[in-house]
Amino acid sequence: MGFDTETAVAWIDTAATVVKADEARLTALDAAIGDGDHGANLVRGLTAAVAGIAEKEPSTPGEVLVVAGRGIVAKTGGASGPLYGSALRRAGKALGDTTDADAVQLGAALEAMLTAIVELGSAAEGDKTMVDALGPAVRAFNDLAADGASLPAAALAAADAAEAGLAATIPLQARKGRASYLGPRSVGHEDPGAASTALLLRALAEVTA
Amino acid sequence: MKKLINSPDTVVTDALRGLAAAHPSLEVDVENRVISLAGGPRQGKVGLVSGGGSGHEPLHGGYVGYGMLDAAAPGEVYTSPVPDQILLATQRADAGAGVLHIVKNYTGDVLNFRMAAELAEDEDIRVVSVVTNDDAAVEDSTYTAGRRGVGGTVFVEKIAGAAAEGGADLDAVAAVATRVNERTRSFAIALHAGTVPAAGKPGFALEENEVELGVGIHGEPGRERGSMAPMNELIAYALDVIHADLPVSGNLLVMLNGQGATPLIELYGAFAEATAWIEGHGATVARSLVGNYITSLDQSGFSVTLTQLDDELLRLWDAPVSTPALRWGR
Repeated sequence: MGFDTETAVAWIDTAATVVKADEARLTALDAAIGDGDHGANLVRGLTAAVAGIAEKEPSTPGEVLVVAGRGIVAKTGGASGPLYGSALRRAGKALGDTTDADAVQLGAALEAMLTAIVELGSAAEGDKTMVDALGPAVRAFNDLAADGASLPAAALAAADAAEAGLAATIPLQARKGRASYLGPRSVGHEDPGAASTALLLRALAEVTA
Repeated sequence: MKKLINSPDTVVTDALRGLAAAHPSLEVDVENRVISLAGGPRQGKVGLVSGGGSGHEPLHGGYVGYGMLDAAAPGEVYTSPVPDQILLATQRADAGAGVLHIVKNYTGDVLNFRMAAELAEDEDIRVVSVVTNDDAAVEDSTYTAGRRGVGGTVFVEKIAGAAAEGGADLDAVAAVATRVNERTRSFAIALHAGTVPAAGKPGFALEENEVELGVGIHGEPGRERGSMAPMNELIAYALDVIHADLPVSGNLLVMLNGQGATPLIELYGAFAEATAWIEGHGATVARSLVGNYITSLDQSGFSVTLTQLDDELLRLWDAPVSTPALRWGR
């Protein structure tokens, strides 16, 4: 089984559930180096994404992600709304009309997600942002997909790489986003954006397993 | 905090209701927070949309009208508008020839406008964005998103608006907007901090004998704290910074702008000094604005903005305009 409509819907549902469960942790991370609204914002955005899917009943995995992205853009606010919203929309468009994406197709969609965030946020790896989790995750996924690995195996490697990337943000000094205003004081904390990205990729591994 | 408000939560809404009551030429969508031209844009004209946090009035809603903006999206005080709001403004400004987004260079504004532009493209509205970054105070660095967009935005909106009104296509309007931005520099000095209603206290603290040199329009830090000095020295400091960045020459468009709590009598005095300084450096004040055009709530102080005009920009500046805050020739 690949990444079909049902799996795509399950991904967004699971993402909403795990982010909701971890809302307090995300908020605490953001309060330490940002403005403390990341958890609540993302819960609101993903709730809107789930509601949008229920209302529009999209028929392909690509449409599911575009609709979810639209919901996130409308309701999240802050910088993470446009970033995650654009990322999901671009991933959905990259999937095209396929009804059941294989590992290579999903890898290309994740790559589109990364490109959207890098472009929109003008961030690179090492800036202490969501890119520090997503970049390694997309590489890990696509390395395995290119070697012919199964989609679940690639998704699992991506989730692991995202969590490793998140851990690697702790010693970094933020160069983008609100945390960058703190300069050296941003060192010693996990980046909240990288933390939520790691949750999204773990959710993907769970629903594709 | 003593302010003429009902509550910090309703400041933006109350102001929008007032704008609607005062200016029947505008359609003010208070619920969705979009200000547009009553009756919509003229078919076939390039639409102009700007927006950003509230608290900088008359920017941007006061510049909606003939020869300037077609729509504006005001956010909460000092907070970017959201993509859906900007999308709605873009739809209302669209008259079939595409829409120019004029965006001040702040991370939140740039992100939300880019997202809105993507959504507009999905609706088959072509959008081109011009990001203004005329503040000479803070240099590019790893830790900032480049220079800030400030007073030059008023000139970009006026001149690009005239180009659109004259029938230029989207790429040509964007090119004019870009050219104005490139030929413009600003610098601001604050004497007292302003108070964001929701915060309830001044955004930063200045001692009685201190000024913030290069302050931003949200009270952001500038280059350094300086000592309070006579007006002629403060004006010379500001113009020296601009001159070092983009040497003054030729015909200049000059704005001597108040930050919200500086009396006009002081602004005129400052403008006299600025004019003398500019003429002393061999340039000419060809056109000018003196008053409150891009404010920072009740922050006191001034900003000065200079644009090097050429014949085309001068002609577009002189073209008729009819908005709540700028009006001539019509």
